[in-house]
Amino acid sequence: MIHFVLLISRQGKVRLTKWYSPYSQKERNKVIRELSGVILSRAPKLCNFVEWRGHKVVYKRYASLYFCMCIDDEDNELEVLEMIHHYVEILDRYFGSVCELDLIFNFHKAYYILDELLIAGELQESSKKTVARLIAAQDSLVETAKEEASSISNIIAQATK
Amino acid sequence: MNPFSSGTRLRDMIRAIRACKTAAEERAVVRKECAAIRASINENDNDYRHRNLAKLMFIHMLGYPTHFGQMECLKLIASPGFPEKRIGYLGLMLLLDERQEVLMLVTNSLKQDLNHTNQYIVGLALCALGNICSAEMARDLAPEVERLLQFRDPNIRKKAALCSIRIIKKVPDLAENFINPATALLREKHHGVLITGVQLCTDLCKISPEALEHIRKKCTDGLVRTLRDLANSPYSPEYDIAGITDPFLHIRLLKLLRVLGEGDADASDSMNDILAQVATKTETNKVAGNAILYECVQTIMSVEDNGGLRVLAINILGRFLSNRDNNIRYVALNMLMKAVTVDAQAVQRHRATILECVKDSDASIRKRALELVYVLVNETNVKPLAKELVDYLEVSDHDFREDLTAKICSIVAKFSPDKIWYIDQMLKVLSEAGNFVKDEVWHALIVVISNASELHGYTVRALYRAFQTSAEQEILVRVTVWCIGEYGDMLVNNIGMLDIEDPITVTESDAVDVVEIAIKRHASDLTTKAMALVALLKLSSRFPSCSERIREIIVQFKGNFVLELQQRSIEFNSIIAKHQNIRSMLVERMPVLDEATFVGRRAGSLPGTASSTTAPSVSLPNGVSKPVAPLVDLLDLSSDDAPAPSSSGGDLLHDLLGVDLSPASQSGAGKTSNSGTDVLLDLLSIGSPSAPSSSSTIDILSSNTSNKAPVSPLSDLSPLSLSSRATSNAGAAPMMDLLDGFSSSPPTDSNGPPALPSITAFESSHLRLTFDFSKQPGNPQTTIIQATFMNLSSDTYTDFVFQAAVPKFLQLHLDPASSNTLPAAGNGSVTQSLKVTNSQHGKKSLVMRIRIAYKINGKDTLEEGQINNFPRDL
Repeated sequence: MIHFVLLISRQGKVRLTKWYSPYSQKERNKVIRELSGVILSRAPKLCNFVEWRGHKVVYKRYASLYFCMCIDDEDNELEVLEMIHHYVEILDRYFGSVCELDLIFNFHKAYYILDELLIAGELQESSKKTVARLIAAQDSLVETAKEEASSISNIIAQATK
Repeated sequence: MNPFSSGTRLRDMIRAIRACKTAAEERAVVRKECAAIRASINENDNDYRHRNLAKLMFIHMLGYPTHFGQMECLKLIASPGFPEKRIGYLGLMLLLDERQEVLMLVTNSLKQDLNHTNQYIVGLALCALGNICSAEMARDLAPEVERLLQFRDPNIRKKAALCSIRIIKKVPDLAENFINPATALLREKHHGVLITGVQLCTDLCKISPEALEHIRKKCTDGLVRTLRDLANSPYSPEYDIAGITDPFLHIRLLKLLRVLGEGDADASDSMNDILAQVATKTETNKVAGNAILYECVQTIMSVEDNGGLRVLAINILGRFLSNRDNNIRYVALNMLMKAVTVDAQAVQRHRATILECVKDSDASIRKRALELVYVLVNETNVKPLAKELVDYLEVSDHDFREDLTAKICSIVAKFSPDKIWYIDQMLKVLSEAGNFVKDEVWHALIVVISNASELHGYTVRALYRAFQTSAEQEILVRVTVWCIGEYGDMLVNNIGMLDIEDPITVTESDAVDVVEIAIKRHASDLTTKAMALVALLKLSSRFPSCSERIREIIVQFKGNFVLELQQRSIEFNSIIAKHQNIRSMLVERMPVLDEATFVGRRAGSLPGTASSTTAPSVSLPNGVSKPVAPLVDLLDLSSDDAPAPSSSGGDLLHDLLGVDLSPASQSGAGKTSNSGTDVLLDLLSIGSPSAPSSSSTIDILSSNTSNKAPVSPLSDLSPLSLSSRATSNAGAAPMMDLLDGFSSSPPTDSNGPPALPSITAFESSHLRLTFDFSKQPGNPQTTIIQATFMNLSSDTYTDFVFQAAVPKFLQLHLDPASSNTLPAAGNGSVTQSLKVTNSQHGKKSLVMRIRIAYKINGKDTLEEGQINNFPRDL
């Protein structure tokens, strides 16, 4: 299973963290510090796997961002690499050629998408289309709720004029 | 409205934080925002709750404390609208984890949402539950999740399936409820449901043997069919990755088939064809295809034997290994590691390539390859492999050396065909990476050297040469100093010359130079310096011409701040100056160390902790030395207060080398001065003339070979053993008594109290706990127990906690354990010392209840037991 997902920027800034195994806040900070040290310092052509505290961390760099997933020893590293790519493609479609700024200002959206992709550290959906559809449906639910709220407040405002 | 809740939007806050140039500025912005959010929380402001939580999540991600926002998540989750719930659940998953008690408060909301009419809200609740539920929540909400496995919308079914995985991992007892609904998912067409269903079944099989049996019987054929249909399916754009339809599903199916086929010939048989097809037909120019192949090879290796398939699998790995992509090479090495147990011969064929990988520029690959080489070594190939590794040691990265050195030492020790080769290799390692060598490795080397009598001369000359080039390697220095002390005469006189050696001329003063350099080097630590002092004393007798110079060097340490060195200096000086007549006897060569017991002890004890604290001990009531104790005490330079007369060579080695020089050992010095007599006399007054042991002492000094175990090592009593703690109360015993060699009383050393044996206090299939006992002199009621835990499984244990309870007549004190992580497969251990005081000493024996808690892969495990097999009289 995936123990955690980590997005760190080239400068070591955290852009997203998702923990599927229990780590206390202190441990989390330590993990992030240690791993960003290890991963950011690796040369570009080396393999995408790092052994770390009895687990493996699969990472891949996309532009200025490193996507990291920590997995068990017996998990399939190549598959996780593909999973990272899967996530990036979905982000890309959702934001339309995603960049780091999208993920900073819309970090919650990145989390929503991740939650449609992984639960309990396991893959949930292999179809990018389905994920996109589900996210769009929920976004529109939010939109309608907002519109309703504003139209109600409009009505109230007009009524009280 | 609160003046503080300026109502900056999330976007504005992020911008403000990003605009900060320094960390202090950022902290100020965050502090201000947090203050505003707190104020808003206190006002119970509904409109901004949503936005506040989003801000808090961002602040949390930056690493600031946000606990005050936890209740806000709960409020948002409890509100009726979807947007509030969505952000509430996200906050819940981000800001909390399963160990926080606040989480319990959300159980009720979760239950309501799992039954909500809006399926997206059900989805949110399932997602939160799957990501952070605790065992209690799992129990409470399992029926809801079980029901949702049959929900009409597939997107809910898939979420429920993954949620079930979390539940059965938290509460394995619930597994059986999920078997039937899970197998139903395997017949689905929707890929999401199928993937999650297969995953759920895999986890069920791992947790419950019952589930494994059921799924194996009912579903194997169906799964094989699903995989075949998938592998043969036409292009489908929705699931296509690099020309393969849904590699994720492929991999999960292969994984489940592996679990089902393992240990079951029929099931393995039914999947042979499809495995062969996947192994041969899969496209391999993209990651996805290779991922499938990798999984397929793993499955072929695990299921019951089919020769043909295994050949195919090994060939695939061979191809992987020669791939230019580092990722592929990495997984190949990883997989070959598992293949070794199945077909070592086939893996040996790739040895050359693997050896190349040890030298790769990529640390991950190097590490994998080194581990693989390590398991590939056997008696036939050890020479070339070790040579390669030792050669590589010279050029390897600094941070890789520690691993590499440990592995080389272990290989060389395990498979060395002859002693000279072993010594050669060890010398090379010591000269290259002496600072990385662990204590037990060089202890073992000294035992081997001591046993190889025909190689003493060769070894000491080789060390002398190595020292000239690599004097900065601490461990090399130690071994050299020891060998020169013991065999210095062989160095100078070229005794025991082998044909392969070049003759060298070393004068006596050259040999002393080496020791002097070692002792004066700033980098040398206490152990090295102490060993060097002993070597000097020995040389003073071997090289009478240098005696005066040696004395001068020794005298320089008489004012040393470290008591151990000061004491040695003064004592040795006194031996050289005043006791010429006995010196040569005192500093005779060390007896040959018993290899077998050393190896045995090493196997039983732990790396790095094999000190005399674990030595068996005799009980010494009220500080009156029993016959055996003082004799062996002489050898005990080590730190612990309990005199640890040992009956095994390993202990003697440690003790003779004086390697455990912790400050505690200096406490003995005080006793010496108390007795107020001549230091040397004191040292030699091993027993008072009236003590029954005196005769055995005489035996020693008159070089009679006594076969009594504790005595024989003393027949060549080395000066190292001049411990002040040997001082018996009868300090004034005349030396002549000891030296005249005849005594009227018969040897009685065999009457000494027996050493306390170690016991295996607890053993289960995962764990072994051994106890070693020792007593403090003068305190028979108190026993010091050194507990050693060995992990017998292949998983690392984390959060390891040992607890013990004793009845009222006992008092127990536990020291902290050496670590809370226990490496897998006996690769190390945890030690912990316990002090038990028995108020009913002599009447009742010890008894103890123990409880050991630890985590395997994050899963809590608890073992309990009672220990009744303590030796009596503790």
